[in-house]
Amino acid sequence: MAAPTMDRSTSAAPAAVQTLTIAKALNNGLRASMEANPKVIVMGEDVGKLGGVFRITDGLQKDFGEQRVLDTPLAESGIIGTAVGLAIRGYRPVCEIQFDGFIFPGFDQIVSQVAKLHFRTQGRLKVPMVIRVPFGGGIGAVEHHSESPESYFAHTAGLKVVSCSNPADAYWMIQQAIDCDDPVLFFEPKRRYYEKGQVDTTAAPGPLFESRTLRTGTDVTLVTYGPMVRTSLDAAAAAEEEGRSLEVIDLRTLSPLDLAPVYESVRRTGRLVVVTEAPSESSISSEIAAKVQQECFYSLQAPVLRVTGFDTPYPPSKLEEEFLPDLDRVLHAVDRSLAW
Amino acid sequence: MSSPEKWTHPGPDAAPATAAKPTAEQVIAGLRATDEGGADLVQLLTPEGERVQHPDFDIDITAEELRGLYRDMVLVRRVDREANALQRKGELGIWVPLLGQEAAQIGAGRALRPEDMAFPSYREHGIAWTRGVKPTELLGIFRGTDNGTWDPVEHRFHPYTIVIGNQVLNAAGYAMGQKFDGKVGDADGEATICFFGDGATSQGDVHEGFVWAAVYDAPLVFFCQNNQWAISEPTERQSRLPLYQRARGYGFPGIRVDGNDVLATLAVTRWALEECRQGNGPILIEAFTYRMDAHTTSDDPSRYRLSDELELWKLKDPIERVKVHLVKQQWADQAFFESIEAEAEQIAIELRDYCVNLPDPPAGRIFSEVYAEGNPVLEAQRDEFLAYHAGFAGGEH
Repeated sequence: MAAPTMDRSTSAAPAAVQTLTIAKALNNGLRASMEANPKVIVMGEDVGKLGGVFRITDGLQKDFGEQRVLDTPLAESGIIGTAVGLAIRGYRPVCEIQFDGFIFPGFDQIVSQVAKLHFRTQGRLKVPMVIRVPFGGGIGAVEHHSESPESYFAHTAGLKVVSCSNPADAYWMIQQAIDCDDPVLFFEPKRRYYEKGQVDTTAAPGPLFESRTLRTGTDVTLVTYGPMVRTSLDAAAAAEEEGRSLEVIDLRTLSPLDLAPVYESVRRTGRLVVVTEAPSESSISSEIAAKVQQECFYSLQAPVLRVTGFDTPYPPSKLEEEFLPDLDRVLHAVDRSLAW
Repeated sequence: MSSPEKWTHPGPDAAPATAAKPTAEQVIAGLRATDEGGADLVQLLTPEGERVQHPDFDIDITAEELRGLYRDMVLVRRVDREANALQRKGELGIWVPLLGQEAAQIGAGRALRPEDMAFPSYREHGIAWTRGVKPTELLGIFRGTDNGTWDPVEHRFHPYTIVIGNQVLNAAGYAMGQKFDGKVGDADGEATICFFGDGATSQGDVHEGFVWAAVYDAPLVFFCQNNQWAISEPTERQSRLPLYQRARGYGFPGIRVDGNDVLATLAVTRWALEECRQGNGPILIEAFTYRMDAHTTSDDPSRYRLSDELELWKLKDPIERVKVHLVKQQWADQAFFESIEAEAEQIAIELRDYCVNLPDPPAGRIFSEVYAEGNPVLEAQRDEFLAYHAGFAGGEH
């Protein structure tokens, strides 16, 4: 696969390789899309002069004007519902939802209109829009600012759902999501926004809707996405010191799920641990567990285990370190799997 | 406006219905609530078929144009009645009657130019007619064979929207796009019109649509058909204020028009669309009308409204007043009316034949066009299902 991966950092860096944070990579990716296509517009609360609360859209309004970077009224259904109309009109709106917990006022438009117009009109209407959602916890925020609502959208036909985990993916995936003729929910790991990595802006990216193996191993497969990719890679590094070889797969795409590399991996390792921040009940992690037992039943040496957030509301921030999966909880699950 | 408690149906603890005959006061309160549009009502043709002038919204209409509007209204009423009958015969799963709202829809629809865009709710069969959508294309959604089959791009008529008020935001965005495209303010200007009901005005999306259209100066005509009832909830359950007056709070004009007067509806909508094309939008039109039939064929209006109210509104019938006017003006003769009746009958026959012969869609329709760019997980599910389906004798896709 041609897209930059984390282990490319040791290779000789061509001129087009930059070291960027995820936040800056997203900003650069948005800028590249807006330069390439005059129909791409960015819209949301505070995305203009302020540059977004996380500064992901920093400087875009200054360079592209108020008609292409819209500071909107404060209503999420309005942001998404008007983006639908703009998309039908031929625009490619990129909506920013300020925080994960604020997407629910826009839920109706997303599941009733965004997701269904193509099906309802037998393909006569396309709704090529992106809804960007900074998601997940770990930043010490107040309630409604740390949630992982991605499973709601993966459950809805007509939507595509992806999550980036590193600057190179952030740069390319946002552009690919904007180019996609289907509506894409784009989940950004906000606690990782300021982590740096290398971005090669010339190498052709791999497909948007494919998972990727970031680290190969032989003992246990870890499957994860978004903010838990870093945690899982750290866990794999720690496990290596104990002589255990973990394979780490970054899903990248949550709908459609690209599980072929997971099946292939589990058939080799015989063990799977799924790591996500989201509550486990009826979730993406449930779906992975179900499908892996269906496809890899005779290869499994242990049941599929999950390390997730709990089936509770996201807790007050002084408790979030207890709620969020960390390196120790991942390693504990690995121990349990290997002990089976 | 009267308090709804004074005249809605008695509660479960009340005496049996036969003994709970409404008092004179209740009847009067109910009629007042739905009878008068108020002093601000724009009207050009009275229920008696008399042409009246209005200082701001008068209209020049030729005999031929008025005959055309009459024809439109008669034909869409016939389509509506036929579809209603088809539901009663079990040929449609449900129907949403438009009876009584023909003038509101034909007046508004005929005010549109081809390049304008219309966003309907789900009762806009008359608007569909004016956008060149064949009545047969309305049937799929109600027979369960599809979700409406017309091409929204070709007809510039969006799919029906069932979730109340969603389309108002979609329309606001579309109108913003028209403005961004530079289609406002010159001779080839465009506008958008969005239809919704009195009940929808309570939805957040409609409020947000008002806000968006206002702050972005979108060329959008909000066309509220106040047919007095949101299923069983009266307008008083939606608003303390006449609906058109709400526009003021958002900073754009609101106008109440006699929705049973096709001339007034045409004149006001034409004016509003032109204001939008010139960059003076948005505008809210409240078409004061009445749903003569049930909300849908699943509904029983006798449980929540008084027959006196219906009888009163029959006197305001949108078609009869045009007919009377055409006769008084000697703009139409018996042969004309008979020819329209014959045409209506022919359309009804075609609708019926089309409906009963409409094939069930192939099983593969379940999976078709869910995504623009495909989805391998769904495609695998489809293939598995179709293989299973093909395994039955006579199985076909």
